[in-house]
Amino acid sequence: MTIEPAQEGSGRVEDRADGDGAAMNRFKDAEHLFRVALVFAAGALAFVVVRAILVPKSFGEYGHYRGTAIAEIAAQPVVFAGHESCETCHPEVPAVKNKGKHAKVNCEACHGALAKHAEDPGTVEPAKLETAVLCVKCHSKNGAKPEGFPQVDAKEHSAGLACDTCHKPHSPVIGAGGKP
Amino acid sequence: MPVQGYMYPNEVELAWSILIVLYPFLTGLVAGAFILASLERVFRVEAVKPTYRLALLTALAFLLVAPLPLQLHLGHPERSFEMYLTPHRSSAMAMFGFVYLWYLMAVLVLEIWLDYRRDIVRLSQSAKGIPRLIYRALTLGSTNISENALRIDERASYIITVIGIPSAFLLHGYVGFIFGSVKANPWWSSPTMPVVFLFSAMVSGIAAVLLLYMFTSRVRGQAVDMNCVDTIARYLFYAFLIDFGLEMLDLVHRIYEADESFRSLDFMVHTRLYLSQVVIQIYIGTLVPIGLLALTQLLRLAEKVRKRIYAVAGALTLVGIFAMRWNVVIGGQLFSKSFLGYTTYKVGFITREGLLTASVLTLLPFPILWALVKLLPPWAEHEFMPEAGAAPAQGGD
Repeated sequence: MTIEPAQEGSGRVEDRADGDGAAMNRFKDAEHLFRVALVFAAGALAFVVVRAILVPKSFGEYGHYRGTAIAEIAAQPVVFAGHESCETCHPEVPAVKNKGKHAKVNCEACHGALAKHAEDPGTVEPAKLETAVLCVKCHSKNGAKPEGFPQVDAKEHSAGLACDTCHKPHSPVIGAGGKP
Repeated sequence: MPVQGYMYPNEVELAWSILIVLYPFLTGLVAGAFILASLERVFRVEAVKPTYRLALLTALAFLLVAPLPLQLHLGHPERSFEMYLTPHRSSAMAMFGFVYLWYLMAVLVLEIWLDYRRDIVRLSQSAKGIPRLIYRALTLGSTNISENALRIDERASYIITVIGIPSAFLLHGYVGFIFGSVKANPWWSSPTMPVVFLFSAMVSGIAAVLLLYMFTSRVRGQAVDMNCVDTIARYLFYAFLIDFGLEMLDLVHRIYEADESFRSLDFMVHTRLYLSQVVIQIYIGTLVPIGLLALTQLLRLAEKVRKRIYAVAGALTLVGIFAMRWNVVIGGQLFSKSFLGYTTYKVGFITREGLLTASVLTLLPFPILWALVKLLPPWAEHEFMPEAGAAPAQGGD
């Protein structure tokens, strides 16, 4: 395995003088390199073909994603009704909520997506909320939250009682009133 | 206590597990083993010749396993192929896919094929059954092992190794770059990271090949070539000194600069990372092996003593480099970016990213290496010597 500098045979001039035979011999001695190059070329070609088949045609149309994905997402049914729809039938809630700490919290942030209920209020009933589970999603104590944000250690704070025993969710400050 | 002080909610659970520790460790062994192999081929360090082929096969066995920890870490591993189909040029990881593929195919596989070609041709004629078919396929239909053809192979192999050295540097420097370029993480974000990763890769790869060579010699009942292991140990010693020097340079720079992250990181090193960084990485995994290797350089020790020292120093080196990867990957996720809190990493056992999976992946390169060694024996006595005139030159098929 010692490395020997490649010898140029008896020299290029003589090789030329030998004519096509010498060139053919040299080609034969390097033939395996052409074969391995062919294998690599076949691999590269296979990659190009597979890529052409697998990459969606609309890829890159708007950015580094499938362009038709936008239309597909836009075609999905709307699941949120929007607070204006809720307030049409439940005007007593914003009357309380807009004066309290939860004024900026949208109805469906707590009640969930209710487009189906808004379309057919008689048949589709919203699920009853469990405040002991729901409230701590925002209000459990965490050092990363701003100091002024109301946050509690639920076990210490309520000893297992549901939050709405004391706090009315639409206006949670005790004594501020609001819909039960 | 799992969380101490203030952590942001998304920092409590570590996103990168022990499998991500394994990825730079395995990749480092590949780059290091290849660089050791290049000593013989490019820098003509003839003493390490007995390990040349073993180092190449070791690099290949580990390189085949290197992406598996990443695959198992992904929620949808089948989507990783998309990285090749539609790579995003701003993604360091997407570009790594191409670096990996280049190194695997254009450097390692090609170099092994060229180096073994005369053996493959010979075996395609002497082997029986399925191995014969494999060897025949590996010849690519060319059985020309004439003197001129082999000279062309030598030249091509030399060129590939010359290209392979910067490629190996790129491969592992890139792994360091992936961490070093995360500017949001002060534990990682450092321009020295690629260089430190590269030298630690050389250290771990050299140590791994040294251990494998001594182990395989013992198993085969062959005498260890002391000139070879002395030379490898000397290179290990030099590479380790540079690696340790670079790490200390980085440390001194951090201490003197003492930016806003320093107190938090300093506290972490003295508490949660004390065992893995100070005790295991620095004392047991760096200073002890460097001290042991220095002894072999300074004193005239008996052959038997030197072999034992090399074995202990090599094993401790691998432990130290693994600890270094652990401290980089896990350490970088234990502190809060608020610099006010620390979390804990608890390794699962029988989970997808647990200790069992990590252990299997660490051991997996060895059966692969065993199969490669069976297929392509790297030992000197198997090597086909054209000057012996044992095989006639043949032209074409």
